[in-house]
Amino acid sequence: MLKYIGKRLLAMIPVVLGVTLIVYCIMSLAPGDPARTILGEQASVEQVEALREEMGLNDPIIVQYLRYIWNLLHGDFGTSYQSRIDVSTEIWSRFPNTIKLALVASLISVVLALPLGIIAAVKQNTFFDSFSMFIAIIGISCPTFWFGLILILVFAVNLKWFPVSGQVNTLKGIILPALTLGFNSMAAMARVTRSSMLEVIRQDYIRTARAKGVSNRNVILQHAVPNAMIPTVTVIGLRIGGLLAGAVICETVFAWPGIGRLLVQSIQSRNTPVVLGCIIIFSICFSLVNLIVDVLYAFIDPRIKSQYQ
Amino acid sequence: MSEEKAYALEIENLKVEYHVDKEVVHALNGISFKLAKGETIGLVGETGAGKTTTGLSVLRLIPSPPGVVSGTIKVQGEDIGTLSEKQMESIRGNVVSMIFQDPMTSLNPTKTVENQIAEVIRLHEKCGKKESVEKARTMLEMVGIPGDRGVEFPHQFSGGMKQRVVIAMALACSPEILIADEPTTALDVTIQAQVLDMIRDLKKQYNMSMIMITHDLGIVAEICDTVAIVYAGQIVEYGTLEDIFNSTAHPYTVGLFGSLPNMDDRTQRLKPIPGLMPDPTKLPQGCTFCPRCPHATEKCRTERPTLVNIGGEHQVACHLFKEG
Repeated sequence: MLKYIGKRLLAMIPVVLGVTLIVYCIMSLAPGDPARTILGEQASVEQVEALREEMGLNDPIIVQYLRYIWNLLHGDFGTSYQSRIDVSTEIWSRFPNTIKLALVASLISVVLALPLGIIAAVKQNTFFDSFSMFIAIIGISCPTFWFGLILILVFAVNLKWFPVSGQVNTLKGIILPALTLGFNSMAAMARVTRSSMLEVIRQDYIRTARAKGVSNRNVILQHAVPNAMIPTVTVIGLRIGGLLAGAVICETVFAWPGIGRLLVQSIQSRNTPVVLGCIIIFSICFSLVNLIVDVLYAFIDPRIKSQYQ
Repeated sequence: MSEEKAYALEIENLKVEYHVDKEVVHALNGISFKLAKGETIGLVGETGAGKTTTGLSVLRLIPSPPGVVSGTIKVQGEDIGTLSEKQMESIRGNVVSMIFQDPMTSLNPTKTVENQIAEVIRLHEKCGKKESVEKARTMLEMVGIPGDRGVEFPHQFSGGMKQRVVIAMALACSPEILIADEPTTALDVTIQAQVLDMIRDLKKQYNMSMIMITHDLGIVAEICDTVAIVYAGQIVEYGTLEDIFNSTAHPYTVGLFGSLPNMDDRTQRLKPIPGLMPDPTKLPQGCTFCPRCPHATEKCRTERPTLVNIGGEHQVACHLFKEG
């Protein structure tokens, strides 16, 4: 198992390098000149040219990229074009906020989605089933930014139950952004849990359990749910990865000082080092979550565990 | 009353219908039989004749809806139709247990084998986790699997061993009635004989009554005391092993025997029964076998025969035979 995890961790290196290459190329191809952005519209052409030379922007892209990677390998993420501070400092000051938001959002979505999906499957074709799947359809179809704005309008502006935005360190402040971020994932998880439960409860071993005299409740909780968890955990993993991407929008809507918002601002100002830094963090998080999911599989399903040996 | 045998199981006019998409599937159409203590009855018939449905009915495990069950089933004299779900749970796996047809899919893939057996022991006998696991291992050894393999998962076992596990699970609480639903169909021929022998020995050891559901007349001859031939959800012929094998009456039973290869005369052609079993949503008005029967008359097409006694316990549902 440890060997498997080690192998997977090594495999993350090319993934992250590939991501940086693609993003670096896209950022270089994008219109706009970082030197011009830094110096402002008033600067003369000579000043801009001098800064470009100083920043190495006149070298071929491949040289610039290799220089970036070389620095990266030495732990140097570069300096923000705008604030002139270390990218790593900038990211680390905001990263905990994003993690906090993503964790609360995934907690909310998992805690709501599992019971919803399980009960909907057990009570298939009842009002509860239709109702919860109706909620799920809404959750999947609503764009995050719209749902966030509606929550702000109803619960912050009109009812004044929660602050409109910005309160990072209070429980009240995190509820609306986390709900916005988690709603979409909750819907997807609930639907997958339901369909996977529906498949499992028709299996022969569920009938065997009933024939043993296991009560209905325990047939569901002890026999059906563990077997239905593989697809659900896959989606939970993908969604938690997706929560990071969703954070980009959600953090913007709620003015949440996380790296999602930092990323959006940096893209707008062609702040390549910061964009790359954020993307690297995102891709590492995404790969790690996927690895955790794959390891979890082994604990859920002994047949998968034997393949990891 | 005192003359009557003690019956482990009495089934009276059992009917099961499934209401699906505005259609009614007539799975069982009035099955009645009695099973004496310590005896074995064979339910023989083609796929879809209603044998498994009969077994599931005794455990009250017909999914409802869409299933609609009527008739009475008495387990040791007690009508299970009147029991609460909770009382039923204490019967399942304890008084009546079932060996399912396909061992490959009948075991929970995420639980260790010993835990699956221990679960049924814990449910019905007052004992702790440790004790139940120990007993589970004893059960495994009884069916010929080393006890220390109990910590393994079903996917680490072969088909024959899985079936042994299923059997160990069914016998763990020494049930009064064992329903064996084609316990050997999914197994290799060599393993079949082993498993059958084992079931027979264990049955003797625990003095259980057994319902052997099968389509294999060879198994019937080896294990059963009485035989019920089931066709389209009805018993068409019922009798002792000798009645059925030596004085075969119903044309369908004759057809079943005709479908077996004759080892003494291997040049003889097999005589399969032509046609298929009728669609259970559209059963013929008369005898359900009449579309395939070589002796069918006009009466067979219009009037459904009931079981009549033709000597001893031998009963047959066919217009060709008269009472007595």
